[in-house]
Amino acid sequence: MLQTLSILLENKPGALMRVVGVLAARNYNVESLTVARTMDDTLSRMTIVVDVESKVRAQVVKQLNKLVNVLQAQDLTDERSVAREMVLLRVRAEMSNRTAILKEAEIFSARVVDSSVEGFAIECTGDPEKLDEFVDLMRSYGEIEVTRSGLVAVTLEPKKLRLASPIPMGASEEEEQSEERVLSK
Amino acid sequence: MASTTQPVAPGALLSGSQILLECLVREGVEIIFGYPGGVTLPFYDALYDHPIHHVLVRHEQNAAFAAQGYSRATGKTGVCCATSGPGAMNLVTGLVDAMMDSIPLVAITGQVTSKLIGTDAFQEADTFGITRSATKHNFMVKHVSELPRIMHEAFYLASSGRPGPVLVDIPKDIFQASSHYQPVDSIHLPGYKLYTEGHTGQIRRAAQMIWEADRPMVYAGGGIIHSHAHNELREFVELADLPCVNTLMGLGALPGNHRNFISMPGMHGSYAANMGMYETDLIIALGVRFDDRVTGRLAAFAPHAKVIHVDIDPSEISKIRNAELPIVGDAKKVITKLNRVMRELEPEMRALKSNARAEWWNTIRGWMEKHPLVPVFSMDEIKPQHLMSEIDRISGGEAIVTTDVGQHQMWAAQLIRYNHPRLWINSGGLGTMGFGLPSAIGAQMACPEKLVFAIAGDGGFQMSIPEFATIANEKLPIKIIVMNNGHLGMVRQWQELFYNNRLSQVTLDSFPDATMLAGAYGFKGRTIDKPEELRSALEEAVREPGPYLLNVKVTSFENVYPMVPAGGAINEMVLGQPQPVAVA
Repeated sequence: MLQTLSILLENKPGALMRVVGVLAARNYNVESLTVARTMDDTLSRMTIVVDVESKVRAQVVKQLNKLVNVLQAQDLTDERSVAREMVLLRVRAEMSNRTAILKEAEIFSARVVDSSVEGFAIECTGDPEKLDEFVDLMRSYGEIEVTRSGLVAVTLEPKKLRLASPIPMGASEEEEQSEERVLSK
Repeated sequence: MASTTQPVAPGALLSGSQILLECLVREGVEIIFGYPGGVTLPFYDALYDHPIHHVLVRHEQNAAFAAQGYSRATGKTGVCCATSGPGAMNLVTGLVDAMMDSIPLVAITGQVTSKLIGTDAFQEADTFGITRSATKHNFMVKHVSELPRIMHEAFYLASSGRPGPVLVDIPKDIFQASSHYQPVDSIHLPGYKLYTEGHTGQIRRAAQMIWEADRPMVYAGGGIIHSHAHNELREFVELADLPCVNTLMGLGALPGNHRNFISMPGMHGSYAANMGMYETDLIIALGVRFDDRVTGRLAAFAPHAKVIHVDIDPSEISKIRNAELPIVGDAKKVITKLNRVMRELEPEMRALKSNARAEWWNTIRGWMEKHPLVPVFSMDEIKPQHLMSEIDRISGGEAIVTTDVGQHQMWAAQLIRYNHPRLWINSGGLGTMGFGLPSAIGAQMACPEKLVFAIAGDGGFQMSIPEFATIANEKLPIKIIVMNNGHLGMVRQWQELFYNNRLSQVTLDSFPDATMLAGAYGFKGRTIDKPEELRSALEEAVREPGPYLLNVKVTSFENVYPMVPAGGAINEMVLGQPQPVAVA
């Protein structure tokens, strides 16, 4: 099944590689992956969609949380969350069906970002199923080229972000202290 | 920073190499195992008049294994060092080995000068990328000012939580650069969250479940040894008179001569341990990970049991076998609390299941008597089991024994007792040939007063011969025992049982003359093949003040039993003579 993960990680060299690496090493299939800096530019937010058996879902989250650079990995699959994807496509438009294409785009709230004699470049955002439909529809008009962004998601339930506190040097036993701060990234 | 271990004053202008050494001193490092090279020249120059003892191994892989031996024998973090490219690549097997067995290790590798990174420079390899999945975490130092922070983070990560190897890759220019040294006063890794205490409510529920079980079984492993929880474990099993199996990584967690100790479960575990794991109604899993070599076919593993799983690594809980009662925490802390609650409940609970428990113990004792782990003897040949039983006799449960992987490892696990933790040192998870001898170097250096046996098969032994020079150099009185059956024994066993005895590439001819081989490095060696020579030859080896190589020619075609064939159920062991089995 498809599992949507939201990951907050330190923006450090190799951090992205670690996340991708752990997914690959554990034999989890990545369907899509997006990453960008957060408001705090020392941190990045990733949304990953993996295709895994439902019984290993918890395991995926645990493996990601184990990474030192990962501050928080959350499974959004069953959470209240909003997920969107963007598609950019170029469609060849004959003079005869240009109007029809524009009408269809309007129905999907898609925007024309470029127009030429050959055709249109169109952007559309929505949930992935809706974009599938849009792409199928555009294909019926002729040759198209499609680039999809992969899913980005945000939870609607603010989660406490549990972080480890600084450990004084020479402290023999790590104390189980932690800071909690409301996630506002 | 001349030959002194006095802390350097804050603000002093030091080279990267000197800062690195200062960090090692602050971490209490006394010994490092390594091999120099082009880009680590500045570091080795600083090491020249530094009191840290650098052990020059003869192959970088063995630096990682020796550092592991040092760590496994002491619990301290082992340190190894290699140059860029080939040096770092040779460390990789040792790092993965440490990863699989959760051994705290800090590996320092040189890297080509920052400016040359990515240009396919001489002896350049993407060490940071290649070792990412071979380590718990790794670092590449980008600026000399980061070095103290990174080094102390590396030691903290290696030794805390679930221990593991951490690698620090240091470009040559960082070793050479100067910086005003600022000691690190705290470590802040916000994403590195440790859960050590264990949930109080869960611990109380666990105690309740343990008292209420009819046929409980303690399944304790390497986690007990890593967290120094052996005394707590002993108290725990004695408190409720619980039967206890120790995994391959956990041998010595409960003393081998303890009356509650049932032996090792798994593919080559004892009949009683496997039957116990099959019939139990409550597995109390402490610092174990339900390895496939323990469980056999998962669907048939402990089908009647509920599971209490204590582990410091949350990702181990319910990874393989669902845990009805998970407790994330440090084994020592959790078992200490568990013992307290167990005692609280004892007055009302002890009598509850006393009949069922007595019956359970009778059943287990019955299994132990029916198929005990006993050595096999012959008048004509030295049986490998005979060799292990003689080593056991000399050790008396007190010697350090290191092994490689394979038949000798299984017999050494079955037939040699370990009455303390950290005596049994072997490559469990990765199963690396050539591990035993170099890890014995680290163990002997850590424990100079202890008797150390490095047992190897004739296969793995020949992967380790270069380290004879290190042993001779450091004058280490290691007793190297080759269990020589002329074959890659375990592979041969599988070919015999599952591949119609087509012995493909498993015969090892041309074994060197042991006396001459050891003599070439200036110590004593001997080959024996008669059962009546065995005892006196071992005694002679142990009496010898220096190293000793004893090549023991044993029966060529002996198989390790009991055996759970791969994919088999643990209660369906092959106990002796080969029986027709499907091709695995």
